[in-house]
Amino acid sequence: MIELDKVTKVYTKGFLHRQKTVAADNVSLRIKKGESLGLVGESGSGKTTLGRIALRLIEPTSGTVRFDGIDLTALSRSKLRQIRPRMQIIFQDPDTSLDPRMTVRECIAEPMKIWDLCSPHEREDRIGELLETVGLQPDLAGRYPFEISGGQKQRVALARVLALNPEFIVADEPTAALDLSVQAQVLNLLKTVQKKTNLTLLFISHDLQVIGQMSDTIAVMHKGIIVERGTTRDVLASPKAPYTKRLVSAAYESEVWLGKVRESLPSKK
Amino acid sequence: MTLVRIEGLGVRFSTRSECVQAVDTVDLDIARGDHIALIGESGCGKTVLGMAVMGLLPKNAWITGAVRYRDQDLLKAAEPDLQRIRGKEIAMIMQNSALSLNPVKKVGDQIAEPLLIHHVLAEKAAHDEIVRLLTAMGFDEPERAAGRYPHEFSGGMRERILVAVALACKPDIVIADEPTSGLDAGVKSRILALIKQQMADRTLFLITHDMGTAHYLCTQIAVMYAGEIVETGRTHDLLSLPMHPYTQGLLASLPSAGLHPIPGMSPSPTHLPGGCRFCARCPASIERCSREHPPLISTGERLVRCFLYD
Repeated sequence: MIELDKVTKVYTKGFLHRQKTVAADNVSLRIKKGESLGLVGESGSGKTTLGRIALRLIEPTSGTVRFDGIDLTALSRSKLRQIRPRMQIIFQDPDTSLDPRMTVRECIAEPMKIWDLCSPHEREDRIGELLETVGLQPDLAGRYPFEISGGQKQRVALARVLALNPEFIVADEPTAALDLSVQAQVLNLLKTVQKKTNLTLLFISHDLQVIGQMSDTIAVMHKGIIVERGTTRDVLASPKAPYTKRLVSAAYESEVWLGKVRESLPSKK
Repeated sequence: MTLVRIEGLGVRFSTRSECVQAVDTVDLDIARGDHIALIGESGCGKTVLGMAVMGLLPKNAWITGAVRYRDQDLLKAAEPDLQRIRGKEIAMIMQNSALSLNPVKKVGDQIAEPLLIHHVLAEKAAHDEIVRLLTAMGFDEPERAAGRYPHEFSGGMRERILVAVALACKPDIVIADEPTSGLDAGVKSRILALIKQQMADRTLFLITHDMGTAHYLCTQIAVMYAGEIVETGRTHDLLSLPMHPYTQGLLASLPSAGLHPIPGMSPSPTHLPGGCRFCARCPASIERCSREHPPLISTGERLVRCFLYD
């Protein structure tokens, strides 16, 4: 579905662009249809850059990006725009990604209006449907972003993305700004929607435990390079690269006490 | 020996149309040498509680109860008295390292500030102390670091500087509000190790939403929900056998516990329910929960605000 081939991104700054920062160095990645790939790395590792290149929101310095067989990097702006509804992104901070002057209803309706997906009447039904999918009360539709909580905002962002029935979603740290119990709600929702609609998902996070729950396969990024790639189970159980080993052991360090916690939890669900 | 005793602390904010009950009758004893964590999600009132102890709340806050420290009630103390205590006897590590350092002052001067203001050391001696503190905080070139400005440091480094500022006057108690939020895993664990080492023979009151951090730094935990404390206990006991349904739910929503969310959301602090505040989201609620507000019930060494243990 998504194929990144030898993608490199170099940011330059300073006089005559002398200072160079390599955000992605010769990265190749492949995500199959319906698969969820978790991209993990610390801040500055280039994971956000890579996620945006996958949608060609940023131009790579070199390399190609293929989406469903189409070379995105070779497309003209207008051709690219035609493909946009099929691939969407959920940003980290819902406070800055929702228009503060649009109500929830307007915000979810906007992409449908732009793409002229349905009649105004059908649109209302569809908004109701989407609100239900993401678990929001219908009476929230008339509210503005500042009137709802962070978790609700991220649900609205998801509903807006789903309005276009995309095939591929990049989720860039979608729960970094959320509380623990809300994070669990939003992640569960994303997972359910992904499985139900056979979405291809690129899930970006610095939290290995979250990635472990969300993804079929994992790619570990460090200083612009993918240092390890494998199924979630393999990477977590037997990490190969020294950097991954460090990440996993750090994640498991905090697990020591959790092991005990888990046994004691009332076994529900 | 009790160092700080919080008695029936309540904080209310009044806006034109609404009244927000941020903290509601909180009782908490902090003894010398204690390491206590106050755990809760955003909006539960934990930061407001910390600010109330420091006397740093804005004027529109309506505060009730008492915060006893030595022979005085900090809530009634005059501002000059508070200034003598703040930074010298009770110090705080604030949440956002980028915002809590002065961008136009060299960090060395910022660390020296509490020492000079409280006349702990003279200027010359203060300089030596800065170098000592920065070395203890893991700076390779403390002299050079002292001459730099906050923007020249990374988030982790700035956090270390904040710890140095807080520790400068060797305070009786340090209140740390989310000291590692926004830091990478690796940096975070190094900062936590540093705090743990520096706090070994001091008193720490940690405010956090992160159970890993609380487990690492503290021997006791108080869980806060919708403005009140719902459970307290020794760290190990509380995490290995959470009693309050909220604490249980919180632990079950951890990614490594399988991401089982608590349904619903926290009640609005402007419209708190009359009975148990967790009732609407609680899998174990009974009829009595929506009618009656549960008190903190003592079971062994623990306190739990839940009728299940009545």
